[in-house]
Formats: sequence, C-alpha cells, structure tokens
Amino acid sequence: MAISLDLLVNAIVAGLLLGGFYAAVTVGVTISFGMLDIVNIAHPAFIMLGSFVAYILNSNFAIDPILIGVAMTPVFFLVGMAVYQIYYYAFERRGEESIQGLAFFFGLLFVAEVALILVFGVDYRFVDAPYIGPSLHLGFVDLPLRMLIPFLVSLLMLAVLQVFLGRTFIGRAILAVSQDRLALQLMAANPSRVKRIAFGISIATASVAGALLIIIQPVEPSIGRDYIGRIFAICVLGGMTSFPGMLAGAVLIGVVESITATFYGPSWAPAIAFGFLLLTLAVRPAGILGR
Amino acid sequence: MGSTKFWIVSFIVAVGFLVLTRWLIGNEYYFFAAYQVLQFIVLATAWNILGGYTGYTNFGTGAFFAVGAYTAVVLHKTTSLPLPVMMLAGGVMSGIVGFGMGYLTLRLKGVFFAIATLALAIVAQTLIVNWDFVGGSRGIYVIRPQYAPISGSYIQYLYSLMLALTWISVAIARSIERSTLGLGFNAIRDDEQAAEAAGVPTLRLKLISTTLSGALMGMSGAPLPYYVTYLDPASSFNLSYAVNSVAMPLIGGMTSWVGPVIGAILLGTIQQLATVTISSALNLLIVGVLLIVFVVIAPNGIVGLVQSRRRARRR
Repeated sequence: MAISLDLLVNAIVAGLLLGGFYAAVTVGVTISFGMLDIVNIAHPAFIMLGSFVAYILNSNFAIDPILIGVAMTPVFFLVGMAVYQIYYYAFERRGEESIQGLAFFFGLLFVAEVALILVFGVDYRFVDAPYIGPSLHLGFVDLPLRMLIPFLVSLLMLAVLQVFLGRTFIGRAILAVSQDRLALQLMAANPSRVKRIAFGISIATASVAGALLIIIQPVEPSIGRDYIGRIFAICVLGGMTSFPGMLAGAVLIGVVESITATFYGPSWAPAIAFGFLLLTLAVRPAGILGR
Repeated sequence: MGSTKFWIVSFIVAVGFLVLTRWLIGNEYYFFAAYQVLQFIVLATAWNILGGYTGYTNFGTGAFFAVGAYTAVVLHKTTSLPLPVMMLAGGVMSGIVGFGMGYLTLRLKGVFFAIATLALAIVAQTLIVNWDFVGGSRGIYVIRPQYAPISGSYIQYLYSLMLALTWISVAIARSIERSTLGLGFNAIRDDEQAAEAAGVPTLRLKLISTTLSGALMGMSGAPLPYYVTYLDPASSFNLSYAVNSVAMPLIGGMTSWVGPVIGAILLGTIQQLATVTISSALNLLIVGVLLIVFVVIAPNGIVGLVQSRRRARRR
C-alpha cells in the first residue's frame, strides 16, 4: 500500500488531537495512581458517569456539554472524597491495600458499568453542541472542531491543575504526599486528609473528561473498559507522576493509534495501547521520561 | 489427610456425585446450570493458585478461558479429535500463554502485574477479532456431534467432563497447598524479596504458578464452543469471567482450596437463580456488589469468618 502524504499528515494531526483528549482522561489516574498510590482502576467508570450526566443534562435542557462537565466537578469531587473515605477505612488503615483494594475498585468498575446498562441500556448516546460537525481546513489538513475543542479544554485543564499543584498550599501538600508520606506525617500533617482532597480532585477530572468523551464519540456503558488499558499505558509511559510526561505519553499513544486505524483499520487500534503498555512494563517500567 | 488420600476420596465423591445426579435428575436444564457452576469452580480454583497462594492478581481470566475455547474451535474445524483431547490442547495453549505472560511480567510487582493481565486480555481479544478463520468479530457456529460418546445427552456428557475437570483442579489445588511448592508460593505472596533471599527460586515458582493457573482456565474454556454452540469474542472474552473468578475466591476465602469452591458454588448458584428469576444483567450486578461488600467487611472471606469465630470460641 502506497502511503499518501496527506493521509499520513491527517492521521498524525488527528492523533495529536486524540492524544490531547487522552491526557484529560488520564490526568485523574496520574493523580490517584501515580501520586497517591491508589490503584483506581474504576476511573473509567467515573468517566462514563461523567458522560452520562452530560448526556442527560444536554438532552433535557440543551446545556453545553463542556459547561456541564465543569459545573459538575464539585459533585464528582464529593463522590471521590466519599470513595476515598471507604477505601481508607476498609483497606489503607488496615494495611491491606493490595489484592482486596484492587478487587474493591474492580468491583466498583463492574457495578457502575452494569448499573448504567440497567438504566440506559446498551444504546449509543450522544450530545448536541454547535461545534459537533463543522471542521477547520488548513490546506489539506482537516481539524474537526469536535476533536479540537476537547483538545483545547484538556490542555487548559492540565495547565490549571499544574499551576494548582505547584503554587497553592494544598497542591504542594499533595505533591509532598506523593514524594514522602512518612516525612509528611513527621511534620504533623495528616496524609489521609490530603489524600482525600487529592482523590476528590482526581475524580472531579473525570467529570470534565466524560463530557469531552461524549463530544468526541457516541458513548455506551461498556466502552469505559477500552480506556482502562489506555489510561494505565499512558500513565506508565509518562513515568507515573509528571504531567508533561503523561501528556507526551498520551500524544504518543494517540498518534500511533490514529496511524494504525488509518492504515490498518480501526479494529487493530485497541491492541496498540495495550501492546505499548506490555512492552513498557517489560522493558522500561520507569516510563519514557522516567528517572 | 494426605494428598494421595485426598485424590482418592475426592475421586470417589466426584463419581458418586456424578452417578447420583445423573440418576436422580431428569430435567436437562439442571445439567446446563450445573455445568456453569462447575466451570466457575474450576476458574475460581485456578485463579486462586496464582491469586490466593502466590499473591498475584490476575484480571485476565477471560483471555485464558477464551484461548482454551478458541483452541477447541480451531481443532473442531481442522480435526475430529474427541473433546477431552481438545481440553488438553486448550490447557496446553493457555498454559503457554500463562508462561509467556509470567515471563513478560516477571519483574512487575502486584499492581502492574494486574494491569498487564488486563492488557493481555485486550490484546488477545483484538487478535481473535481480526482472525477470520475462527469467525472474527462475527463469531462462529459450532455444531455439536449428534451423539455423546457416553450414554445420555450431549449436555450430560459436557457436565460429566466438567465435573472431572473440577475434581482434578480442586485436587491439584489441595495438593499444592500441602506441598513445598505451596510453601514457596506463600513465601512469594508474603514477602517476595525475603523469599528470594532465603533461597526460594521465586522466578521459577512464579512461572509454574502462572502456567498452571492459565492451563486450568484454558481447559475449562475448551468445552465452551460445544456448550453454547455459538462463540464470539465479545462473550468469550467477557469481563464477567474475570470479575467472577476474582470475586469467588475473595468471597469464599483465598488461603485454602475450600474458599474458591464455596465462593463459586454460592455465587454461581445465586447467578443461575437470578438469571432465571430476575434478569441476566442483574446477576452481574449482584456479583459486583457482593464482591465490594465482602472485601470491605470480610477481607478474608467466608473461610476467614469461620476461622476467626472458631478461634474466638476456643478462647
């Protein structure tokens, strides 16, 4: 097959946009898994919840999905704090974080998915917004607004979080927890309180990410599963804790997936992220930008 | 009870159970349902060899199970081997996958291993979806032989095979538990570095554990094409296999062979009842909720609850 140049360039651009969106999906796990050591494999389920909240409010009241995503962050924040509280009392405090904690989140993922299926069925749902449909054209490169807007929102969210972590007191406390929990305790701070807030923030990002997801593609409850591997692949590729590393990993996965889908067919795309993940874990567990 | 004695006693129990059920039960449906429960006992026991004894969480049960099933499909299309041979072949294939996965993820600790197994399941599913010979994403119809090689209907034959496999898996799990192999597994679970330092060949033991666990899952998957007669990737790689095989040992108790058996019988039966009386989507919800409730309230499962009560009474 002759690879035509404009097809390739378009695939790369689409992959860049997709990668930006993947960063929004992953940032929550970078916080919970990378910084807090909480293996929240249920994160995609919260993203699904975000998508369905956006769907309900958008189809009933015609509110802009991104606006919904941002407006719902406080609710998701509270949900996240509640989940952490259960996790803390049931596992962290007892020191049984490994298999039981993992199974807890696995169960949560599964319950959320089945519950969504019971309520909404397995039909694909979508939202309406003025930017779904039209594209910008720069020469032979297409920039669908449906991808461009989530890309920009995602970068904005990353920037806000980055500034928050680096500049505010709470943000720095979160970084401190991620670096040395014991030292923080010796400073008479309460790591579990800081972690509760941080976990709340990580779930709050799922609200925005869910809204972005349903803008990019129609959503049904079980597609969250496809994101588990992708999210963890990106998180591990990016070296777990750093946002720039995570963004690089996200863009890498996005571009490779997009090129694969363009030239070999979309049915191969899901294996890409997982293949990358397996390879990274086997060869370089510290990630591409890792220490 | 020694291991040899256990093999003999459990064999007698299994044969007795088989004769009794086939003699007393006339309704085909019960064999259909019992097959499912037995299959879950095998899956849960196999999962527990790696998860409970060795301490490595495997979320990729569906992959091993489906590799077994698709091995049977390939053999069905190319040869006319009897089903028990297909089960062995499925076990060998899944064992190889287990070995490969173990080898690829040897350096990974707990969490990363768990995520890698999830990844493995998706990679395997993508390969099957793109493999037209076994039906691709459309799935494939498998026509059962008209007559079972032994007396009775075909579903009774499948049921008998699964009962035999259940006997083998449970006896293997019980034997491991009482052997130096099992002690080695436990040492890895409790502290891998300490085990390594004490001279436990952790690498080799982990490979044995992943291979054995994978092989048993594959064997239980091999009869699936004949059981459902229509096989497609979405259902054979279903996440519910992973959830069930994690939930059953956790609910039953992970430290002994009884745990997964109790968990599988309990959850398997509840699911069968719920599927018939309420709905098949709801039974998955029940499994998930029970899993969450148990890990939060009784992290050592039913066996753990019984043990701690006994201990309390002795005082």
